[in-house]
Amino acid sequence: MIGLYIVVAAVLVGATGLILGLFLGFASEKFKVKVDEREVQVRAALPGNNCGACGFPGCDGCAHAIATGEAPANQCPVGGAPVAEKIAAIMGTSAGEASTDKKVAFVHCQGDCSKVKQQAQYSGIRDCTDFAYISAGTEKACPFSCCGYGTCVKACKFDAIHVVNGVAVVDKEKCVACGACVKACPKHLIDFVPYKKKHIVACKNLFKGKPVMDACKIGCIACGMCEKNCPFDAIHVTDNLAVMNDKCKDCGICAQKCPTGAITGKRPVPAKKPAPAAATAAAPKPAAPAAAAATPAAAPAADPAK
Amino acid sequence: MKSLVDLLLIAIKYSLVSNVVLSQFLGICAFLGVSKKVDSSKGMGGAVIFVITLASIVTHIIYIVFMKATSPLCKALGLKDGLDYLNTIVFILVIAALVQFIEMFMKKNMKGLYDALGIYLPLITTNCAVLGVALNNVTFQYNMAECIVYGIGISVGFALALLLMAQIRENIVEGNDKIPHSFQGSPIVLVTASLMAIAFCGFQGLIR
Repeated sequence: MIGLYIVVAAVLVGATGLILGLFLGFASEKFKVKVDEREVQVRAALPGNNCGACGFPGCDGCAHAIATGEAPANQCPVGGAPVAEKIAAIMGTSAGEASTDKKVAFVHCQGDCSKVKQQAQYSGIRDCTDFAYISAGTEKACPFSCCGYGTCVKACKFDAIHVVNGVAVVDKEKCVACGACVKACPKHLIDFVPYKKKHIVACKNLFKGKPVMDACKIGCIACGMCEKNCPFDAIHVTDNLAVMNDKCKDCGICAQKCPTGAITGKRPVPAKKPAPAAATAAAPKPAAPAAAAATPAAAPAADPAK
Repeated sequence: MKSLVDLLLIAIKYSLVSNVVLSQFLGICAFLGVSKKVDSSKGMGGAVIFVITLASIVTHIIYIVFMKATSPLCKALGLKDGLDYLNTIVFILVIAALVQFIEMFMKKNMKGLYDALGIYLPLITTNCAVLGVALNNVTFQYNMAECIVYGIGISVGFALALLLMAQIRENIVEGNDKIPHSFQGSPIVLVTASLMAIAFCGFQGLIR
């Protein structure tokens, strides 16, 4: 009797599955919807990461939009120019100008373990989101700093962001500007900057002066040196933080003038104690303040030493 | 006439008094997931009403033909206890296939509705409220008419709760700065849902 029950159960479930499977198989043939052939080809040409950087829900959505003409052939920012050309060939249109101002994600914090003071020890879940909620970000003395637990690393599908010495760093070559890390960061430290731009305010600290200096060696102290020295009116201190606008010509004067180094791309200038081998060009001029004042002239000479 | 009153009572009981989401706690996932916007909650509500009613009918037919102790299949094989223990697995299969088929059918013949429902249609496959309806039909020993009304009642209750929640979320909860930081997002939504559940307790006693 028990044997019969087992057999009946197996047969009934098996038969149900089989019948439903066959039924769905036939139904899918009968109710087949004609898909634009180009859409299938475009879909095949796309990278297939489903990252959503194009603004459509996944690569299928993007392929549909391109095939129906709603989106240009170079819609996919991940594939870039090569993919755009392929798609343009399929669609019979021009590839459009490949975006010349390629953008990459940038983490606006340089507060690694050597630069920012540690004021507490966190031993909870190793995830920035939880950390930011639980502790309001107080392991490092700077409440605006990168937690360094790698929520952005987990979000990145392209292996382009890593936590180095306690602070997240974007690999510019691998970054495709999909925006996953920008959304993931609970401290809102990440946003897009032009690929070629060298001088960026790498700080989000909204405090002024002493609290910043107490917490971090490399934070923006809102001194206004950059604002005073910018020849293009391109950088302003708003809410105690230097912010660049689109007038920036990337000349780098602000980076040279910044007393803390919160703006990236500062060229090596003679330090008070000359570094042993690195600053060969700078070594003959040990008078630091004078050299620092004459930076634009001195800097090109120092640059090769870097 | 008596049976018509019974049917009406079933419909009212399961759409309001024993609301599927707010008092039976079925289908919470879809309830929280799709209630961000009123538009999408309308689509989901419509899809759920459609699928649950159809699933209720189809699973009931399968139950009385194959699974019930007095069904033709069990009688032919001499199984006195019926095959009730296979309900869950068979119903899941049937519901999943049904949703797939509806999706195909709508893609072909009702393109507008298909586009409007979008992702919510396949989402219903994994909605426990659908399986709950199918299994409760068996537990309550409903007949065909009662199954249909029960399915409609449950799904209308779901759609109602979803729509109310979406209205509340769209107007009050989402993007409200006055909510304390640690309550923003899911926590405040769960609190809202619990308050709605308490409010729906007010319907207790409407039907004895």
